[in-house]
Amino acid sequence: MLLNQFLLLAAALFAIGVYGVLARRNGVLVLMSIELILNAVNINLVAFSAVRATVGGEVFALFIIAVAAAEVGVGLAMVLLLYRNRRSIDLTEIDQLRG
Amino acid sequence: MTDLLTLAASTATGLPLGITEGGSWLLRNAWLIPALPALSFLGILFFGKRMPRGGSELGIALVGLAFVLSLLTAAAWIDHRDNFEGEEVHRVVAVVEHGDESAEGHGDGPAEAHAPAHPSLAVHNTVTWFELNDVVFTVGTLVDGPAVMMMVVVSLVSLLVHVYSTEYVAGDRRYTHFFAFLSLFSASMLLLVVSENTLQLLVSWELVGVCSFVLIGHWWEEKPNSDAALKAFLTNRVGDMGLIVGVTILFFTVGSALPGQFGSFSIAETNALAGSGQLSHTALLVASCCLMAAVMSKSGQFLLHTWLPDAMAGPTPVSALIHAATMVVAGVFMISRMYGVFFEGFSIGGSSINLMALIGGITTLIGACLAFVQRDIKKVLAYSTISQLGYMVMALGVGAWTAALFHLFTHAFFKACLFLGSGSAAHAVHSFDMKSDMGGLRKVMPHTYRTFVIGSIALAGLPPLAGFWSKDEILVGTGGWGLFGGTGGNGAYTFMLVMGVITAALTAAYMTRCIYLTFFGEFRGHGTPHESGPRITVPLWILAGLAIVAGLLNLPKGFPLVPESLQERFGHYVEPVAAYFPSISHGTPSWSLAIASTLVVLSGIGVAGWYYFVKVEAASKAAGESLTELPDGLTTKYPLAKMGHTFLVQKYYLDHLYTDVIAGGIKGPVAAAAYKIDQDVIDGVVNAAGENAVKAGNLVYHRFDQLVVDGIVNASGRASFGAGGELRKIQTGKVQDYAAILFAAAMVLAGILIVIV
Repeated sequence: MLLNQFLLLAAALFAIGVYGVLARRNGVLVLMSIELILNAVNINLVAFSAVRATVGGEVFALFIIAVAAAEVGVGLAMVLLLYRNRRSIDLTEIDQLRG
Repeated sequence: MTDLLTLAASTATGLPLGITEGGSWLLRNAWLIPALPALSFLGILFFGKRMPRGGSELGIALVGLAFVLSLLTAAAWIDHRDNFEGEEVHRVVAVVEHGDESAEGHGDGPAEAHAPAHPSLAVHNTVTWFELNDVVFTVGTLVDGPAVMMMVVVSLVSLLVHVYSTEYVAGDRRYTHFFAFLSLFSASMLLLVVSENTLQLLVSWELVGVCSFVLIGHWWEEKPNSDAALKAFLTNRVGDMGLIVGVTILFFTVGSALPGQFGSFSIAETNALAGSGQLSHTALLVASCCLMAAVMSKSGQFLLHTWLPDAMAGPTPVSALIHAATMVVAGVFMISRMYGVFFEGFSIGGSSINLMALIGGITTLIGACLAFVQRDIKKVLAYSTISQLGYMVMALGVGAWTAALFHLFTHAFFKACLFLGSGSAAHAVHSFDMKSDMGGLRKVMPHTYRTFVIGSIALAGLPPLAGFWSKDEILVGTGGWGLFGGTGGNGAYTFMLVMGVITAALTAAYMTRCIYLTFFGEFRGHGTPHESGPRITVPLWILAGLAIVAGLLNLPKGFPLVPESLQERFGHYVEPVAAYFPSISHGTPSWSLAIASTLVVLSGIGVAGWYYFVKVEAASKAAGESLTELPDGLTTKYPLAKMGHTFLVQKYYLDHLYTDVIAGGIKGPVAAAAYKIDQDVIDGVVNAAGENAVKAGNLVYHRFDQLVVDGIVNASGRASFGAGGELRKIQTGKVQDYAAILFAAAMVLAGILIVIV
């Protein structure tokens, strides 16, 4: 089993996701980047689960997919409301909580 | 151990399942039939907008192909039923305490007692979907009589609805989208009828629900439409919970009888084991009740039927599809599919009442009553569907399996005909309101008028139209008619017979009312209505033709005018005679019952006809305008009749029960009780605690607080003020800055972890 390839792929995806979360200003793209991070984790879980011939990792991956779906639902609703209120989804403009 | 193929060899010790892995190519590849409309869905979705006719041509072509394939499959099945001599699949089952000493253990089961001379082995074909430890999840097809019959009905009605829709929704803002979901709807239903296991059944069941949601809410810009779609979807969720729980119970119950396995979703295995008496009766009863909840919501049975009339908010072709072939008959089909479970669970044989028959009987009566007070032509038909579905469920509940499926078959044709006819009339007058916008349409819409009348007569059940034969079979199947022979059903369901006969009279009467209000009298709407085009009238005539002749497929045994080889053809080919199906007994048809029920129907027509065609017509002439009811009718004269009328108009107050009493009743008292506890108990405790605390506080304040604590606090305050002033600079309020800190911290922690470990 070529575990390394999967781990490298997951690491690359994770890094891309982190970059997206930190650097993109568009709220939707940040949400998409979060999905990338979650799916990087999923790849790791499934890969390890396949190598160790257990189903625990796959079950966890399924749970993560379900939770991620809910998270995106809430996130997109927030972005939508944000857009309705402010006519913009640029995250850098939202800083009412600045100290 | 889990593969059925490897077990086929161990015929000596296994339980026969009544299925075979052989059979002709068409029967083994029945998955093609749902696959074609599914392909059409994808094609229309991705390329529909670019096609010259907005994707409808692709839908019609592929659904038409599915229909041709269904017909060929039906022919293959007819050959298979009579001539197939292949190997039957057997399954090794565990020995249970109450069984025999051998592994067979089904010696006292009905499957053994009535071993059929030539079983109709269902054609079983599966592939592995995925495996979890030892459990293999399969998808596949189980093709037998009911599945083949449903495939023909669904694909035919769907094809006609597709053709009809090209004119009905022409120029609609979501024309392509509409056809895509019509195709998906048909594909889901076709998948449901060939499902080999309950998991697949559940998936397609939910797909059907989603499609109905999308299509009912097709014109979602108007609030009532999207409300109706939500109501349909959410009411169905209530029942779906029943299905999920029921399927889960069956999975583990079946597992208890299979060695080395903890469960099975296979429908054939479940039914065969249930019929063999290997499974716990309690488990089967609970599972049947759960599945019954699913049927109640999907098939619009009493208590959960309230979504169905509201679903009329969708476009009329969708209503026809929902009511005739796809959505609501899914519940009836599911009962017929899991009949082994229901037959044992509800002890249908040899009983005189059970939950299923009772629910069906109540539904058929209340639906028929509600149809009398509707102004909207589609709602009359919706309540009529509820009533007829109640008939089918009642028939299944009394053990008249073939009669129920036959009624489903004939009902599909005449109800689709009626719905499309109502759509044609509404298309002409731009309204569904019979009282204010219709009337007198028979002169301007001769095709719609004639087909509608044919459909109504078939629905009312006058010989020799389709509805008569199937309704009569259901009445015979109750086994409650002792006069002049003609008994021998599964039990003595006299109560159901009475409900069925009353419904027959009510059905005839409300359809008479509907025809009078729509097609007779003078036109009460605006504009000049005109007959619809051929793409609407041709499907109408095809369905009306089928509504006339479909009943002849199952002429009762002993019918004198035709040779025996033409009697009970439907029953012969559709009813499984195999180990996965309980051995039900069939009532003997009786002339006296047929004549009596026909007289009841005629009296229903007579009373309603006298009221509308004589009294109302005369009153209209006297008043000089087209009336829809008598100005001094029963409801104005008698307060009791008025109350009954209001009760019906309010739909038995069930909607009020659900939204106001149940939802409101739970909300209100809980909130009131919480408020009371809050005011009396919690506030009292808080107040007492507060008063004591004030006394103690005063003491502490002067001695301790002012001197010691304040000193410390002031010092720490100054310190934290300074620190906060520095730290506030990193509180930018921007979420990405926080995320950067988070990732940085995570990296530092990861680094520490690597160094330490």
